[in-house]
Amino acid sequence: MAATLPPPRLLPSGDSAVTVEFSRTIDDAANERVLALDKALAASPIDGITESVPTYRSLLVHYDPGMIGFDELGEKLLVLTSQPLPPATKARRWRIPVAYGGEHGIDIEDVAKALNTTPDDIVARHVAGDYRVAMIGFTPGWSYLSGLDKSLHMSRRQSPRLLTPAGTISIGGIQAGIQCLAAPSGWHLLGRTPVRTYQLHRNPTFLTEPGDRVTFFAIDHKTFEEQDRAAEAGEIIAEQEVA
Amino acid sequence: MNRLVVASIGPASSVQDGGRPGAQRYGLTPSGAMDRLALAAANILVSNEPFAAAVEIGPFGATFTARDGAVRVAIAGAPRNADIAGRTVAMDASVTLKDGETLTLGFARGGAFTYLAIEGGIKGEPVFGSLAVNARAGLGSPYPRPLQAGDEFTVDAASGAPELRIELPKPSSGPIRVVLGPQDDEFDDANKALFLGSEWKISATSDRMGYWLEGPPIKHLHGHNIVSDGTVNGSIQVPGNGAPIALMMDRGTSGGYPKIATVITADVGRLAQTSAGTAFRFLELTMAEAQDEARKFAQLIRNLSDRLRSADTVALNVEALNDANVAGYAVSAVDAGTWQVAAEP
Repeated sequence: MAATLPPPRLLPSGDSAVTVEFSRTIDDAANERVLALDKALAASPIDGITESVPTYRSLLVHYDPGMIGFDELGEKLLVLTSQPLPPATKARRWRIPVAYGGEHGIDIEDVAKALNTTPDDIVARHVAGDYRVAMIGFTPGWSYLSGLDKSLHMSRRQSPRLLTPAGTISIGGIQAGIQCLAAPSGWHLLGRTPVRTYQLHRNPTFLTEPGDRVTFFAIDHKTFEEQDRAAEAGEIIAEQEVA
Repeated sequence: MNRLVVASIGPASSVQDGGRPGAQRYGLTPSGAMDRLALAAANILVSNEPFAAAVEIGPFGATFTARDGAVRVAIAGAPRNADIAGRTVAMDASVTLKDGETLTLGFARGGAFTYLAIEGGIKGEPVFGSLAVNARAGLGSPYPRPLQAGDEFTVDAASGAPELRIELPKPSSGPIRVVLGPQDDEFDDANKALFLGSEWKISATSDRMGYWLEGPPIKHLHGHNIVSDGTVNGSIQVPGNGAPIALMMDRGTSGGYPKIATVITADVGRLAQTSAGTAFRFLELTMAEAQDEARKFAQLIRNLSDRLRSADTVALNVEALNDANVAGYAVSAVDAGTWQVAAEP
């Protein structure tokens, strides 16, 4: 097993970070290796590493060049990545409520038209998906999900919107997403969730972790309003189970 | 309690410190001062920790008034005219405002950001260990947004300690140094040479998220879409239009454009202080050279207090005189600290 894992590429990201790249494309197997290396570093820290940031296909490792140099760190990382992957542990699963369409999902009609079907069918395909948090990035809590139904793959909008609402549930390319804060986006907006994946004075501040599983379920817009108020007051709203 | 009131201030001014690294995996960018050396210098002058929170003042002017007692501050970073009631105030030095006095800072003369450190630091509620403003995420304290006229800081009473100045190394006007990568293989040799060989200017639309560079368009080998991966301060990404963007302290934690090069740690603050419209070039360093510079930069900040001098000694460029072999080491004619028992720290 170990012998079949090709070594990652070590790409310099300046003098104080290295990108450990397992694949150039979006690939669940590569993402698992990213998360495995991230866990391995948490379990047996290397002196000098200050922070690690998992993304789809690479782990960005920040370090202090006053404590460890690029070559020495690279060797240690390659040793860690040559180890067989640890057995998969049970992932957390989040069930996330979504108010689809209308003012909360202004692109659902266009997406349905482009795919020659109805908005209800788009919702059905979106809630049928079994997603995985591949990475969190860009802005706080923005969770990038793999596992989008192939029939929903479509290229991003020609012109990104400068501002899309907090809690937006969207799809872009082969990815699905949960957006926490209002932000620019070129993705197609299907709905909104009252769930805050990031909320400052709540424990936990950040809800989702890379590797978590996610499924969605539809709620009506009135329920959205109620849950949105509860979420604002600090409730987590998302239902958690061990997958 | 004594207060320091922001009587007037331009845009792009906010409370910044060493930033809040540690939560980039959740999409939270570290933020923090654009010029860490200048932040540290201002703080050291008033006996604060080097990366304590201070006021980062953008290119426009600002005025600060002491209320309910005297307030001791220090300014460092982009040079500008500064005065208190007509008395000129030096850059890279501390000064005490008497109750009711106003410190007036003009426009930055070269550079962009000047740091005003307050003795005893800025009082606020740290989030992830930092008071730094990240307006997009609604973080920062005491104000989670850029500063406005009328804002005020609750501060310690001025200690009455003797005023200090700091002798910083002469700012380099040389190229901004980079390490190629992480995605330099998305560009052919001709385009890498174009990036390294051309003159660049920073666009006026630049901000704390990114510095937009104006110069020849850089072409990609395989198109401009890559799968998003992690960014660092100083990542230089090249979007579809070929105009590079240097990512700065409020960057997104991930990005989907190929990154041709990364500004070295020691030069991120220098890039931050390059005014819009000023021409500059990049220079490629090897990893070994860049890491050597990073270690020297860290040492410079660690040893900043060795560069403090009494404010009443004449501010001459001692390094230049030393280089010219005018001044000796044991007893220096220009460094009063070596022959005069002055009010040294």
